[in-house]
Amino acid sequence: MNIEFVLNGRRVSAAADADDSLYKVLRGLGMYSVKCGCETTNCGLCTVHMDGRAVLSCSVPAARCAGHEITTLEGMQEEARRLGACLAGEGAEQCGYCAPGLMMNVFALAKENPHATDAEIDAFLAGNLCRCSGYVSQRKAIKTYLGMVCGEVRA
Amino acid sequence: MAKYKNYVVAQSLEEAYALNAKKSSVIVAGNMWLRMCGLNKQTAIDLSALGLDRIEETEDAFVIGSMAVLRSLETHEALNAAFGGVFRDALAPIVGTQFRNTATVGGSVYSRFGFSDVSALLLALHAQVLLYKRGAVSLSDYQKETWDRDIITHIRIPKGQRAAVRSVRVSETDIPVLVCAASVSGEGLRLVLGARPARAQIVAEHLAPDCGEETFEEIAAKTAFGGNLRASEAYRRKIAPVLMMRAAKACREVAQK
Amino acid sequence: MSEKINSRVIGGVGEPVPKKDAPALLTGKPVYVADIAPRECLCVKLMHSPHAHAMIEEIDVSRAQRLPGVACVLTYKDVPGTRFTQAGQTYPEFSPYDRLILDRHLRCVGDPVAIVAAETEKQALAAIKLIKVSYKVLPAILDPRESIDNEVLIHPEESWRALVPSCGADNRRNLIAAGEDAQGDIEAELAACDVVIDREYTTRANQQCMMETFRAFTRIDTYGRLEIVSSTQVPFHVRRILATALEMPKSRVRVIKPRIGGGFGAKQTAVCEQYPAIVTVKTGRPAMIVYTREESMTLSSPRHAMRMHVRLGAMRDGTIRAIDLHTLSNSGAYGEHGPTTVGLSGHKSIPLYTHNMKAFRFAWHTVYTNTMSAGAYRGYGATQGLFAVESAVNELAHALGMDPAVLREKNIVREGETMPAYYGETAASCAIDRCIARAKEMIGWAEKYPARTLDNGHIRAVGMALAMQGSGISGVDTGAVMIRLGDDGIYNMSIGATDMGTGCDTILAQMAAQSLECPVDNITVHGVDTDTSPYDCGSYASSTTYVTGMAVVKTCEELRKKIIRVGAKLLGCREGEVLFEGDCVKKADGSASVTLAQIANAHMMAGVEDISACVSSGSPVSPPPFMCGCAEVDLDPLTGEVKLVDYVGVVDCGTVINPNLARRQTEGGLLQGIGMTLTERPEMDHLGRTVSNSFLQYKIPARVDAPNIRVEFEPSYEPTGPFGAKSIGECVINTPAPAIADAVYNASGVRVRDLPITAEKILLGRKE
Repeated sequence: MNIEFVLNGRRVSAAADADDSLYKVLRGLGMYSVKCGCETTNCGLCTVHMDGRAVLSCSVPAARCAGHEITTLEGMQEEARRLGACLAGEGAEQCGYCAPGLMMNVFALAKENPHATDAEIDAFLAGNLCRCSGYVSQRKAIKTYLGMVCGEVRA
Repeated sequence: MAKYKNYVVAQSLEEAYALNAKKSSVIVAGNMWLRMCGLNKQTAIDLSALGLDRIEETEDAFVIGSMAVLRSLETHEALNAAFGGVFRDALAPIVGTQFRNTATVGGSVYSRFGFSDVSALLLALHAQVLLYKRGAVSLSDYQKETWDRDIITHIRIPKGQRAAVRSVRVSETDIPVLVCAASVSGEGLRLVLGARPARAQIVAEHLAPDCGEETFEEIAAKTAFGGNLRASEAYRRKIAPVLMMRAAKACREVAQK
Repeated sequence: MSEKINSRVIGGVGEPVPKKDAPALLTGKPVYVADIAPRECLCVKLMHSPHAHAMIEEIDVSRAQRLPGVACVLTYKDVPGTRFTQAGQTYPEFSPYDRLILDRHLRCVGDPVAIVAAETEKQALAAIKLIKVSYKVLPAILDPRESIDNEVLIHPEESWRALVPSCGADNRRNLIAAGEDAQGDIEAELAACDVVIDREYTTRANQQCMMETFRAFTRIDTYGRLEIVSSTQVPFHVRRILATALEMPKSRVRVIKPRIGGGFGAKQTAVCEQYPAIVTVKTGRPAMIVYTREESMTLSSPRHAMRMHVRLGAMRDGTIRAIDLHTLSNSGAYGEHGPTTVGLSGHKSIPLYTHNMKAFRFAWHTVYTNTMSAGAYRGYGATQGLFAVESAVNELAHALGMDPAVLREKNIVREGETMPAYYGETAASCAIDRCIARAKEMIGWAEKYPARTLDNGHIRAVGMALAMQGSGISGVDTGAVMIRLGDDGIYNMSIGATDMGTGCDTILAQMAAQSLECPVDNITVHGVDTDTSPYDCGSYASSTTYVTGMAVVKTCEELRKKIIRVGAKLLGCREGEVLFEGDCVKKADGSASVTLAQIANAHMMAGVEDISACVSSGSPVSPPPFMCGCAEVDLDPLTGEVKLVDYVGVVDCGTVINPNLARRQTEGGLLQGIGMTLTERPEMDHLGRTVSNSFLQYKIPARVDAPNIRVEFEPSYEPTGPFGAKSIGECVINTPAPAIADAVYNASGVRVRDLPITAEKILLGRKE
């Protein structure tokens, strides 16, 4: 079947099987920021936005996306550079493989609760696993980024 | 991985019901567990276009569409206000926000997973399952049934109760080793144990909300537990009274507020 | 080496420089293996053995081969007959040559039965379903204690080969290694001790769980050679391993490492490269394999599960006089890293207590069983050995009624002491005493040890452990670095060391910037391509900063000489009359100078002189980094649940080259150690099937599980290291298990000697 949806602000059409996931279709469309780290919905690497909400693209059936808006890190490059600078400033990215999924969920957090406390940050991002960093530095970097976002909201 | 030949976004419940009458069909809800189960089906039926994702409040109940995602229950202010914030507390440990943005309440209820936090909570809250053809069925009955071909449209939760949930987990976002959901309503205290590891069940009801510790010991002694990867039968049996006591206590505290 | 403040150096040694690849990684650029694979790659899938031990009697692939889209189906009949090891180690490897790409003899659940390559993943998986196999099921050995001299032989084949016979391997006894290292009369010393702690400890086959699973793609390059692009820590070893396995000349093989999504030792084993490689050799087409998470959890290279028997002897005053350790290590179906990991269990635990030691004995056996083959995981045996020895030291403290911190202070190795249990090496740099003192302050040891009860009935308690590791493999590990001067004075640095997210590209560039007195941005780093990179054994054994770092220093010294020579020539004077100042070469009297750009551009004209240098480095010693870790736990006494509320780690890694990256290494390593201790539960059923086969069943810590990890450094200065540096990557995983185990004991009275520590073990282990 052919699925039409809005990808990073542009209408696209992609061929997909009935049992294909959104993840597979996105990789096929060259959205290589989207990674897969498990088959059991535990890792958060495949996180993208569907109509503004963070979802696991490995679990969303591609066919369900028809007519919906999908956003990946490729479509949020400016924000990625800002949050990325915070993460890099701490060395928090390490191997970087979990970063795109984490960043997409941080953007969701920034929209929903930019004043999040440490505990709220950890709880919101609990579904984004990282094996390198030990999380401490990621939290610090994310707080810096949320502080920037809040500054703008106030201004 | 689940395999389908066709994917149909149903335009009406009647269409979905007719398609689902065939054994070669399957309803795709959140697709969290379904895709992992290795099913091989002709037709996948998608209910996402039927407006079943809403949470509505009536005079005496909350009626939750079966395609409402867990995150919407967790963040719904009126729903949490009515039940002492229990949805926020009970659903937060489920994997992560992205998971709960996709997993649906109908998917959880239909699948009757033994480890389900959702089923345990809804069972404590006297939930009813609204089925397209059969109409309303109590969740406690529905839990005991085998998977049928009717379609869950809504879950109905009567107001006027307070609930609390306590669990033990290997890690914070893991499925529970054991979960206890307690509710206090006009009927008294109801206790549900889930992840025994079998399906959640009501282990006691109509109890005095302030019943003593020995009551929980007695209930645990009469309840069936099992062992699996996460814990032995003996461990579950030993912590069951503790979780019941704590959930009941938390329930009383919420009720007093 | 001058370390004076030099304003020309920007981002040099000691600076928290962001990683050079950070902008690409943090904008989601396609830089990993699967992102850069050609679209036309065949999808390679494996059919796995359902049995722990079996022989293939018949295999029929005809139906699978006929399926549309299937390019090839390979069985044991189609592969070369030369045995090899997947272990990424310097030749001649200690690990026995005991594998074929596909074997008729299946030795563990998951062992590959067939390789299928098809146009799409769906076609490949469908083809596997059509392969018909009849197995002769053999009795399996699942318990390593039953392996030695069992009548069941796991590797009876004549072609089995141990390249280093001195490690005691004997396939007729299911033995991969056996040996002993000792000094003094251990039995006499133990007999003379007032107290002897005699205990057994066990650890399991933990998974590294790097976020990017094993993967590689292969193709035939322009020159008809086999090109392998792999997520590997050991590109040069992969070249040798595949050339051996495929019976090809090494000149026909090229290995490239792009960015890789974590390794932690897992990718020090060539787990998957041979499968797409043989498909490409047979079909001439590009091919890619991407392990599923399940494959990565069931057929990979986890930690060697070990069973350690410790006898620790001490006097009433707390002087530790003797340590006797025997380790039984389970290498699984194949011998990867089996002979070497076991050695660290003693050689990197016993030496901590050198100060009053009169005698030690360390004996070991590594055996085959019909379980998943083990490999290298951060800590590499030291983690296991330190769980045993540090736990025994904590148990000794309790037996003596002594504070375990005081007991340690009495017995730890001092700077300048020779360590008989560490190959006789001297602790030339050692701040372990300062690490203990600082860790105690940070955790509040004086107030918190051993335990206190909170108002809610929970019990808070603390525990401590020490750790050491090495810095590279002495006398073996080699790293070379090449730096070339380019247009306008840029430097191109080529390395064979493999950045796996650790940041070594950046750290090595910082060292080069320090040595060449320039901004770190003036150094570009390229790695790794076996055709163009200088040789490096790879990134493992905590070698990169120390071994390859020293190669950077030496290369820069050579390069400076060449720049000076050309500069002097351009200035028309002798080399002795000029100084190198980073951006220029000038006459010592200040009368004239020539810029680096002028020198660079001049050397590219009319063949003046090539300005490049490539120097290799290795080390006769492996200086240990040290650390002290302290855990504070919160115990729910009614459920046995333990939450780690605080963890402090104080590390002596010598000079800290990049404080941010060193800190991240420490925090990450500590959390892996914490996961191993509390939430990660490798489990196998009675048929030898790994049931902890996913992130659903094998729980690595999420951020809500992570405690408040606090890290500080107590640097010593290692005279043999670059700028005084030692290693850090592995040492940091070793303290959590013994520290948490003792905190749990202090809280609950339950001593857990078999990892992991679970709520169930605590609750059901408590005395009523």
